Amino acid sequence: MTHWLIAPVLVPAILGPLMILWMRHDLLQQRVFGVIGSLLTLVVAIKLNVMAAGGEVFVYRLGNWPAPFGIVLMLDRLAALMLILTAILAVIVQLYGIGSGWDRKGWHFHSLWLFQLMGLNGAFLTGDAFNLFVFFEVLLIASYGLMIHGGGPMRLRAGVQYISYNLAGSALFLAALGTLYSVTGTLNMADMAERVAMMPAEDTAILRTGAVLLMLVFAIKAAIVPLHFWLPSTYANAPGPVAALFAIMSKVGVYAIIRFFTLVFPSDTIVETIATDLLLPAALITLTLGQLGVLGTRSLTRLAAYAAIASIGTLMISVAHFDAEGLTAGLYYMLHSTLAGAALFLTVDLIAARRGGDFWLRLRPAIRNTGLVSALFFATAIAVVGLPPLSGFLGKLMILDATGDDPWMAGIWATILITSLISLVGFGRAGSILFWKSHELDPEPGNDTDEDKRPEPGPIPTKLETDEPIQDVDDSAAPWLAFLAVGGLLAGSVVMTVFAGPLSEYLQQTADQLTRPALYYESVLQQQEGTR
Amino acid sequence: MELLVATAIGACMAAGIYLILRLRTFAVVLGMTMITYAINAFLFVTGRLVVNLPPILREHGEHAAYTDPLPQALVLTAIVISFGMTAVVVMMALGAFIESGDDRINMPQDDRVMPPLRTIDDKPEDETA
Repeated sequence: MTHWLIAPVLVPAILGPLMILWMRHDLLQQRVFGVIGSLLTLVVAIKLNVMAAGGEVFVYRLGNWPAPFGIVLMLDRLAALMLILTAILAVIVQLYGIGSGWDRKGWHFHSLWLFQLMGLNGAFLTGDAFNLFVFFEVLLIASYGLMIHGGGPMRLRAGVQYISYNLAGSALFLAALGTLYSVTGTLNMADMAERVAMMPAEDTAILRTGAVLLMLVFAIKAAIVPLHFWLPSTYANAPGPVAALFAIMSKVGVYAIIRFFTLVFPSDTIVETIATDLLLPAALITLTLGQLGVLGTRSLTRLAAYAAIASIGTLMISVAHFDAEGLTAGLYYMLHSTLAGAALFLTVDLIAARRGGDFWLRLRPAIRNTGLVSALFFATAIAVVGLPPLSGFLGKLMILDATGDDPWMAGIWATILITSLISLVGFGRAGSILFWKSHELDPEPGNDTDEDKRPEPGPIPTKLETDEPIQDVDDSAAPWLAFLAVGGLLAGSVVMTVFAGPLSEYLQQTADQLTRPALYYESVLQQQEGTR
Repeated sequence: MELLVATAIGACMAAGIYLILRLRTFAVVLGMTMITYAINAFLFVTGRLVVNLPPILREHGEHAAYTDPLPQALVLTAIVISFGMTAVVVMMALGAFIESGDDRINMPQDDRVMPPLRTIDDKPEDETA
């Protein structure tokens, strides 16, 4: 039994509290150790990917108790993929948080960041349903802190809505777990899968109720219509880098749906095609509503939030089939949409910071670095809408290809293609208001768009002041780092396009592994040498 | 006994759902607490209701009677987590009340309606960049 599996949870769990205890007043140390923590999880994630690439399912038994009784962590290719995606996103967006000065605007940004990573990594690795609930709570409680980072009445009010919605979701999660436990008598996912498969058909009413309850919980996390209402306000009011990290949070819901409905309730068992029947229409509506939101909104941050909802819709259309082809396309689009969605939130933050915090879509005088920012917005919009040459295009193409033999094929293709056009128009409108028309306005008198009159940014103090005001772009620590971070996310999209062939082969093998649940029972329940 | 417990859970849940649909944060927090009670009791019941039996297997064998200990452990975890979460939501609600002056749960008008340019420039501390 290898101990590497626990490392992605342990590293942030150790570093986070140490940062609060020892360096709570020293921002420089927090930055250094925060980035080191994220980089360490990245290194471990790479190591775990190398391990998992062989196709074996690794199991880590906490306390070395045998499987259905003790809690297990489970590493397969999907978990490893999610770990590395999380780590890459976390490192890049954390650098943006440093470069833009966001981490100075409140307390404990980097500790909360590590706690968030701990919850995310744990949720991806765990093989126990109740442990999944616990890690969900860990990542949620860190996200509550991050979401209201920087304070302000609007953010706090949005935070109250977010936390209330998610508390209700957690209650539902417990109800679902209780229901499933009462019929299967186990909480270990692989064990539960085996018992579900052996259950006589006439006894499954409660089981199916539990499965649908569980799907509702994960649909809340993934923000699938009609359970998406928490997302627009939360993402629009969260600080830019936090919203970018939240791009992976909604993917946790998708991950959990994939995990449960391929392993525990695969479509050939008694639960049948209940998941596809419910998720596919919901995904189509999610996509349509998200893209209409992109077109209809008058706020830049909400534009990014609705784009996030739309990307979940596209993703779920493919995943809802739960076959190898659909999962492959879905996983590719999940990687793409996480990177592109995060890049969009960061670009929006760059723009809003340069407009004095005005995130409404309206004419303002030309902003500083307008050339570079508009180029980033253009590239990000291409990635999010799904135009060539970036990976969004390939992702949508793969999804269209995977749904080609579906009975709903005409509806799916029409929805994806028409809504892509809608979002293209939405992004075009936003871009032309922000950059094109605004360019024609004269700079407002007194507005310091003039490079010469701008005060020289002094050295950034490394200690936090208690009453420090919220800063604007003038005191950002290193604007180049912020630009570099957005560029890094877009570079990820370019890499995904260039290496689309090998990557989709790898994802194909991941999807194949997911469609063979027998492998999981064998690894978790049968090979248990050396346990107590 | 099942009927009694089920009725109590149902009543608690109904009260909680009514309360979280209110428009003030205080009622919502209370509603959350009610729902948490209902869910905790429900989790406890998932191990089946039995009276006067130990949560351990005392005599090994097919007919050894015991009450399922696992849901009790789950309930403990759930109680601790929900207690912490309630504390967090109270703090956030308090923060929102102090910062914005009222405890409505809905977002204020500024979240949906574009404010005129002037007010934004006058009050840069309200920005949500």
